[in-house]
Amino acid sequence: MIQVLAFYLFAALVVASAVMVIMARNPVHSVLWLILAFFNAAGLMVLVGAEFIAMLLVIVYVGAVAVLFLFVVMMLDIDFAAMRASFIKNFPLGIAIALVLLAELGLGLGAYGAGGLELGTADGATAARSDVSNIEAIGALLYGPYIVLFEIAGIILLVAMIGAIVLTHREPKPGARGRQDIGKQIRRRPEEATVMKNPDIGQGVEL
Amino acid sequence: MNEIIGIEHYLVVGAILFVLGVLGIFLNRKNVIVILMAVELILLAVNINLVAFSAFMGDLVGQIFAMMVLTVAAAEAAIGLAILVIYYRGRGTIAVDDVNRMKG
Repeated sequence: MIQVLAFYLFAALVVASAVMVIMARNPVHSVLWLILAFFNAAGLMVLVGAEFIAMLLVIVYVGAVAVLFLFVVMMLDIDFAAMRASFIKNFPLGIAIALVLLAELGLGLGAYGAGGLELGTADGATAARSDVSNIEAIGALLYGPYIVLFEIAGIILLVAMIGAIVLTHREPKPGARGRQDIGKQIRRRPEEATVMKNPDIGQGVEL
Repeated sequence: MNEIIGIEHYLVVGAILFVLGVLGIFLNRKNVIVILMAVELILLAVNINLVAFSAFMGDLVGQIFAMMVLTVAAAEAAIGLAILVIYYRGRGTIAVDDVNRMKG
């Protein structure tokens, strides 16, 4: 019973927060609703026994992607009210397309529910095992048969990281104030930076 | 108890999330940040479907694949936001409904 209750709680919250993501006037609020949606989706995944993906969802999406969104939304100074102007204009078309899509997905789901398609069963290598935990089984797969996939994922992330840095990096203007030239600082010698003076009493020094 | 909450329930949640994502792209045509968030919603729907099938069929490959979707989603968000930042630097706005500089 508690499972049914939890499922409907998580499902209702994830759908409600997804609605708020696309409807919120302020994109900052959209990002916060997106975080709530991801949390509840993670809850759904825990419910179905995929703890590792659920934790990954929380860490990667909430910890990294949503915070990245938040930074960008807050950094750019944009008149978001003007952006809402097309909202009403696009509403009928958007609803129509959404209804068509929903009808198609409902059709597919109904056809599946009618039992027209045999899903088959997992073969030995990748079948879920009851004797080890979810994360252990995923680790055995990820570092075993799917090691190439895993490393390609690493390469993709590396390329994305380098790409984002290259895109947003700006060379500092030459001669800009407040720039630290470390090489120049290290090359500086005492002889060229200081002078020895031995002035008479009451004479002062010329700098 | 999993007889009551079947795979269909998860697929319905995934379908609703997917449609909401597409609707979000259409409704917020000007605001590219919300468009990117809607794309994240669509990828979340895909992940829910993959994980649901993986769990109910007892095959872990679906969860491996969901991880790959997660990877691509993170990379896409990073690159997309970087492009957004340089676009804003150049034009001072992020209105994208009339982006036709490249005349594609």
